[in-house]
Amino acid sequence: MPTIIRKIWDRHVVTERPDGVCLLYIDRHLVHEVTSPQAFEAMRQAGRKVRRPLSLMAVPDHNVPTSTDRLDRIEDPDSRRQIEALRENAKEAGITLFDMDDVRQGIVHVTGPENGLILPGITAVCGDSHTSTLGAFGAVAFGIGTSEVEHTLATQTLWQTRPGEMRITVGGATGFGVSAKDVILAIIAKIGAGGGTGYAIEYAGEAVRRMSMEERLTICNMTIEAGGRFGMVAPDETTFSYLKGRPASPGGALWESAVADWKTLPTDPDAWFDREETIDASRIEPQVTWGTSPEDSLPVTGVVPDPETHPDPRGRERRERALRYMDLRPGTRLTDITVDKVFIGSCTNARIEDLRLAAKVARGKKVADGVTAMVVPGSGLVKRQAETEGLDRVFLDAGFQWRLPGCSMCLGMNPDRLKPGERCASTSNRNFEGRQGPGGRTHLMSPMMAAAAAVAGRITDVREML
Amino acid sequence: MIEKFATLKAVAIPLDRGNVDTDAIIPARFLKTIKRTGLGTGLFHAWRFDENGTELPDFVLNMEPYRSGKILVAGENFGCGSSREHAVWALMDFGIRVVIAPSFGDIFYNNGLKNGLLPVRLAPGEVRALMDGLKSGPGGEVSVDLPAQTVTGPDGAVCGFDIGSFPKECLLQGLDEIALTLRLEGEIERYERNGQKKAPWLFLDL
Ligand code: SF4
Repeated sequence: MPTIIRKIWDRHVVTERPDGVCLLYIDRHLVHEVTSPQAFEAMRQAGRKVRRPLSLMAVPDHNVPTSTDRLDRIEDPDSRRQIEALRENAKEAGITLFDMDDVRQGIVHVTGPENGLILPGITAVCGDSHTSTLGAFGAVAFGIGTSEVEHTLATQTLWQTRPGEMRITVGGATGFGVSAKDVILAIIAKIGAGGGTGYAIEYAGEAVRRMSMEERLTICNMTIEAGGRFGMVAPDETTFSYLKGRPASPGGALWESAVADWKTLPTDPDAWFDREETIDASRIEPQVTWGTSPEDSLPVTGVVPDPETHPDPRGRERRERALRYMDLRPGTRLTDITVDKVFIGSCTNARIEDLRLAAKVARGKKVADGVTAMVVPGSGLVKRQAETEGLDRVFLDAGFQWRLPGCSMCLGMNPDRLKPGERCASTSNRNFEGRQGPGGRTHLMSPMMAAAAAVAGRITDVREML
Repeated sequence: MIEKFATLKAVAIPLDRGNVDTDAIIPARFLKTIKRTGLGTGLFHAWRFDENGTELPDFVLNMEPYRSGKILVAGENFGCGSSREHAVWALMDFGIRVVIAPSFGDIFYNNGLKNGLLPVRLAPGEVRALMDGLKSGPGGEVSVDLPAQTVTGPDGAVCGFDIGSFPKECLLQGLDEIALTLRLEGEIERYERNGQKKAPWLFLDL
């Protein structure tokens, strides 16, 4: 009667302590340059070796510039040092590295899946909170801090408490102009930024079953924005056909036995969850965030909320603060908000389908005067595919920048940043204060909505443009 | 490595905000270090300083006696957002050893324990009372007793808190968790041998 969460968990328990904390075996470990150097350094100091280097993949993504001259020079010496440290650490330990000149380089949560590194039923970790993305294959995948990166490097295991188990059932079918991003933003608005704390979340229901792997990755990606420990979707034919023939996927007879095993993973019909939520996909409209938490999301047809209407004084204060930071007045229609920048990218929305959707909106149109719009593919492979399909031309002709893969303007760490006071329509996952650069203002939305905002120069209901 | 923690009596800083995320605790541009030290200067940078690097006088950490406070009291979902352990390193570098809140981001909570920054979950009403007390009587001292698992407010009110027995032991003794796990090497190897038989595709080398 177990859930998929429990089935995968139980398979990975090396030993369980009397207090119920489990030593979990970790199958896959991905590392990037920001959260790993201190872990490798501590390993060296303690004289420890990486236990299973061939279970790891390393890729630089957060710091890398997205300009075409990045192989010749990275201006910032600190960024350069982190990327070099990753290179040296990978080399010393014998870890596969997708370096900056490798077509497989990209955002860790994009490049891992497309190379077949993430399979149903596995445990996967990375020193990055959006590791929850990888649960889309029906895997237990979660973000960890640097101390846990070190623990995994040294032991191939982690001590973990069992999560609470939550199921979110998305019924019905999404409407015209509505994408996976809108579904997950609506879910977070419903359960809150702390609503999933302590839980593993299985996304189920008709709408999820219908989703492509790309869409499922988008949904699972933002699980962490609801505080969830990890998110997952049960594997099915969509999963299997996505994985078949990927470089690191099992082949031949091994593939057959793997698929047979994966078919036993889905939650049993009579399984019991600690918590159940449902949401009707057909009622979800394109979403936009107005505030500084991913839970501050509304249908694009809405208006900026009035803090006074919040029932609780602390909620009122938080909203007031958010509106001050965002420089917005209650009652303003969301579609009256103008933007300076548009960012289409990040591990939430920089896969090929995301770019196809954005290109559908941008095709034959022009980016509005005064707006800088950029498209940053999630990986070199996504970029190549998009170029094969001519999507780069669509974007370039419309006046978008077409850049090299990386985290880019998702976080203010590499040269792509907002200036203080700039307002951005962004397909990323966090609208925290200063996330895209100090003083920058972020409105989260789908790739289609962001492309529409670029063309109109303000937040726009994409359904009117399709 | 875990810095030992047992008891602490210190000035507590009331940071009356919910959903304090790790980007606020330490913005991304401060993460370019390959060390764990020196991150205190970036702590709450956007809230402590203006664009020119001048201190903002009305932010609580810039006020006396909070500059030397060692206990932070905050709203729900503290440390949500990214997995950056730099958030914990920055707090500790500033001198903070305890964060008291109704709830924490799960990764932040773990990161705290692994370094010796004690995250204390109290009931929302208890945090509210403590927060209000600290705001009306600035500079109040709070006592945190890990062995007894209690927090005592400036008014003498005592609240109990939960913590796992294992992380508690690690904190009290400053244990090296990796060394402890490595003692289970035999069991890890056994797991791998079985796994290779049952699900060989999980052991494909990259
Ligand atoms: S794209 Fe953004 S959220 Fe994703 S890994 Fe990079 S910085 Fe993190």
